[in-house]
Amino acid sequence: MSFQAPDIDYAGLSPVIALTAGLVAVLLVGLIGRGQRVAVSATSLVAYLAAAGLSIWQFGENKELVAGALRVDELGLIATLIAIGCAIFVIPLSWREEASDDAPGPGGHGEFQGLLMASVLGMAMLAMAQNLVIFFVGLELLSIPLYVLCGSALRRRASLESGLKYLIIGALGSATLLYGLAFIYGGSGSTDFDGIRAGIGSGLADDPLVLIGVALTAAGLAFKLSIAPFHQWTPDVYQGAPTPVTAFMAVATKAAAFAVFARFFEVALGPTVGDWQPALAALAAVSILVGNVGALTQSSLKRLLGYSGIAQAGYMLVGIVAANEIGIQALFFYLAAYAFMNMAAFAVITIRERETGFGDDIRQIQGLGRERPALAWPMTIAMLGLAGLPGTAGFIGKLYLLEASVAADYTWLGVAIVIGTMISLAYYLRVIAAIWMRPAYLADPTPESGHRVLPAIAGGSPEADALASGIGGVRCPVIIGLTIAAAIATIFFGIIPSPLVDFVSGAGEAITTALG
Amino acid sequence: MLNVLLWLPVAVCVAVAVMPKRAAGPVSVIGSLGTLGLAIALAIDFDSGIPGLQYVVDESWIAELGVRYQLGIDGISLFLVVMTALLWTACFTWASFRSPERPRNFFLMLGLAQFGTMGAFLAQDLLLFVAFFDLMLIPFFFLIGSYGTGDRVRATIKMMVYTLVGSLLMLVAAIATAVLAAPDGGEISFAMADLRANLLPEGSQDWIFCFFGAAFLVKMPSFPLHGWLVDAYRAAPLPVLALLSGVLSKVAAYGFLRVVLPIYPDATVQFQDLILVIATASILYGSVMAFTQTNVRLIAGYSSIAQLGFITLGIFSLTPDGADGAVLQMVNHAIVVVPTFLVIAILYERFGTDDLRGMGGAAKRAPVLAAMFLIVTMATLAMPGSANFIGEFYILNGLFDSNTALAVVATAGIAMAAFYALRMFQLTMHNRLPVGAESREVGWRDGVVLIPLVGVIIAMAFFPGVIIEHGEASVQDKIGAVAE
Repeated sequence: MSFQAPDIDYAGLSPVIALTAGLVAVLLVGLIGRGQRVAVSATSLVAYLAAAGLSIWQFGENKELVAGALRVDELGLIATLIAIGCAIFVIPLSWREEASDDAPGPGGHGEFQGLLMASVLGMAMLAMAQNLVIFFVGLELLSIPLYVLCGSALRRRASLESGLKYLIIGALGSATLLYGLAFIYGGSGSTDFDGIRAGIGSGLADDPLVLIGVALTAAGLAFKLSIAPFHQWTPDVYQGAPTPVTAFMAVATKAAAFAVFARFFEVALGPTVGDWQPALAALAAVSILVGNVGALTQSSLKRLLGYSGIAQAGYMLVGIVAANEIGIQALFFYLAAYAFMNMAAFAVITIRERETGFGDDIRQIQGLGRERPALAWPMTIAMLGLAGLPGTAGFIGKLYLLEASVAADYTWLGVAIVIGTMISLAYYLRVIAAIWMRPAYLADPTPESGHRVLPAIAGGSPEADALASGIGGVRCPVIIGLTIAAAIATIFFGIIPSPLVDFVSGAGEAITTALG
Repeated sequence: MLNVLLWLPVAVCVAVAVMPKRAAGPVSVIGSLGTLGLAIALAIDFDSGIPGLQYVVDESWIAELGVRYQLGIDGISLFLVVMTALLWTACFTWASFRSPERPRNFFLMLGLAQFGTMGAFLAQDLLLFVAFFDLMLIPFFFLIGSYGTGDRVRATIKMMVYTLVGSLLMLVAAIATAVLAAPDGGEISFAMADLRANLLPEGSQDWIFCFFGAAFLVKMPSFPLHGWLVDAYRAAPLPVLALLSGVLSKVAAYGFLRVVLPIYPDATVQFQDLILVIATASILYGSVMAFTQTNVRLIAGYSSIAQLGFITLGIFSLTPDGADGAVLQMVNHAIVVVPTFLVIAILYERFGTDDLRGMGGAAKRAPVLAAMFLIVTMATLAMPGSANFIGEFYILNGLFDSNTALAVVATAGIAMAAFYALRMFQLTMHNRLPVGAESREVGWRDGVVLIPLVGVIIAMAFFPGVIIEHGEASVQDKIGAVAE
């Protein structure tokens, strides 16, 4: 039997290739001594822009790559673009983070950005996967660099704890997922999504193998998406990880994982929609409730956003439960809006972490409205948007999800979304109240909040610390600029949503085409 | 035209936000005068014979979801729009003379609030209405939280949560209406005209009515959903409170007439008695509370509950007379409440307290102030000869036709109004001056705001028919929708 090499469509594969090449280049550039930060940042930016450009070039395509392992369509490309956008945002956000107190001396840039890009590469593959093997490989490529990044603030105990926790829980999630995928393969006799679709018959309950497989797969994905009740790691990891990493993780991971979630359930398991719909609906409702109630009592902003992320993941899951074209559009519209709102919020938290001694405690933003309107407004807009108030993209996103849920005869889930939103008002408004209605907190910061510098848990030394603290002033103008841009985008797409709607509408059509 | 009317406040307040601080007040006032002029021009140009919408703006907004950017004015909203423009001008002027701290922020929020309120009165797309209904609250959150007194942060969050709980339910209800009303395989549309053409089956109408009803009753507020009122009224800065009480509550009453009656007629008939009982309870509760309170803000607040009860009665009498009276009374109450709160602000400056027990004798050297407050008080208690009398007469007249028993009970509310309004007038204006306080006449700055408002009250007493005539055709149309 002669081996037939598959045809490779390099045009379709080009975004993945660009990211891979960029990854290699960033690691090499990271070896430069002087001017490393500029060189690494510039290289990463070029690589991301190239990948983004190539993705946009492939817009409108709908084709299989590498013997059907990947599928280039707008669903995957949009998720990739969201992930790339977040990564670009994180470049300036992480400038000082890695260079000073959180990385071992002058060594960090290449590794940090390289890991980040590896994770983006994993996301791109995951978003395009239409085969169980690529599904798993993409997910691992996404996760493993994040474990390292979470622990990359080497001298902060919370960061190390966060990295370890994420590693253990993440590995458990991956194992669950892999187990599930094996069952599905066993039950359907195929690893291709199309093959599974043909192999599973019309009801999940007919075949216990497939049923167990689907349940385990859903649980594994829910781990990654921090959907309750698989969310317990989220607040700790979000709080402990360096803030730029948290920002990236909160949005980009969701984009990629939801893309594969949608593709897997709606394409591979499409015929059995009636069986998995109620289960996912229950997950969504639980997540909305748990996330919003959990956030109520938080005083750490990152934990608060972590719990809010659990709730938001629940909202987004509604788009998949709806299992119609408008649901997928709603999901991606919401993801894009979520990216703007979360990036603005995390950027403000990052800046204030450096300016005040309060870490990510809510006290860091008290009185911001008076002192720093340029930061107060983006944070306010982000909170209003996350709460889904009109005038922001968050409102349009919720509207989209509600309409999808009602159209799919899941009105009760729509009601769950608004009940969750009501609960969420209490904590989002608390943040806004802290910004505008409370005086700046002047007391000495307590040492335990976040920024205690440990001597050297891993790879540091007093000399390196001294060196590190000398490097790099805060590159705030760039970050503030990006933050304001994200806030303006939140408002702009809240008033004139059509451009963003047109952008995401392809994702819904892609699913329909795949089924067609 | 309507686009200018709607967006001018936004343009002005955003411009103010980047101007020097000193310019903030005057520019805002000039901008609001522009809006007012435009609103009056629209009213003069309005053709009162047509029941339908005029000056319609209809553009696509979110095509994929079937949401349109659709504005229009009919006889019901015409004077509410003029009133909104007028009262915002009054409050802009009032505030700019008192130069609040962080003025740009203050005027920005006030302008956005005007935008939201105006939008709610103009919107003809159900979803657009819901969006504006929520939007108009957000600036009030900031205004009360940043510029209020006492326990303002807690009060403002409580108000937001209460009222947004209602309006979020309304959002689901609105979406459900449009999706369920869409013909099979047809396009979803949120246009109120389309929804009215494809009515829902009665079962769906019922639960959707409950969601809308809850939202509107909370916003008014109506007994027993008035939990946010006490804290918010204590904490809010007075010019803001005047708008909250005078205008925002009307949006809720207007919502019943604009949305609920035409789109959910079967449910309206179904729940008519329940709403009538709630409204009557509001009148009694509000009136009783108003004459037991000693805090003047709360007296005015509880009296609002009672007055809104009358308006609701008029609408849900489902008779043309009742609804005509309700439309008139919405404008009347708004025009009366705002000067009341401004007088309360003046009294606060004289006596340094909101409490009746610390007041008295303000009229001693201030005959003009006393005279103006007397006119406002007479209008509040619906003295025969005032437009409020005409309004309440129409309402009760309509209600006698549909529910005589409740009409008799509600009449008691008018008597109680006389009691609490006169009590407030007496205890503030007459009696002995408290030690340390002095009676001063209103300055020209306050006069510039108060005298025109009182003038409008007097003018309306002479020509209440103008509002009823303009509104009649549209009101008939809405009531007719239920009767069919």
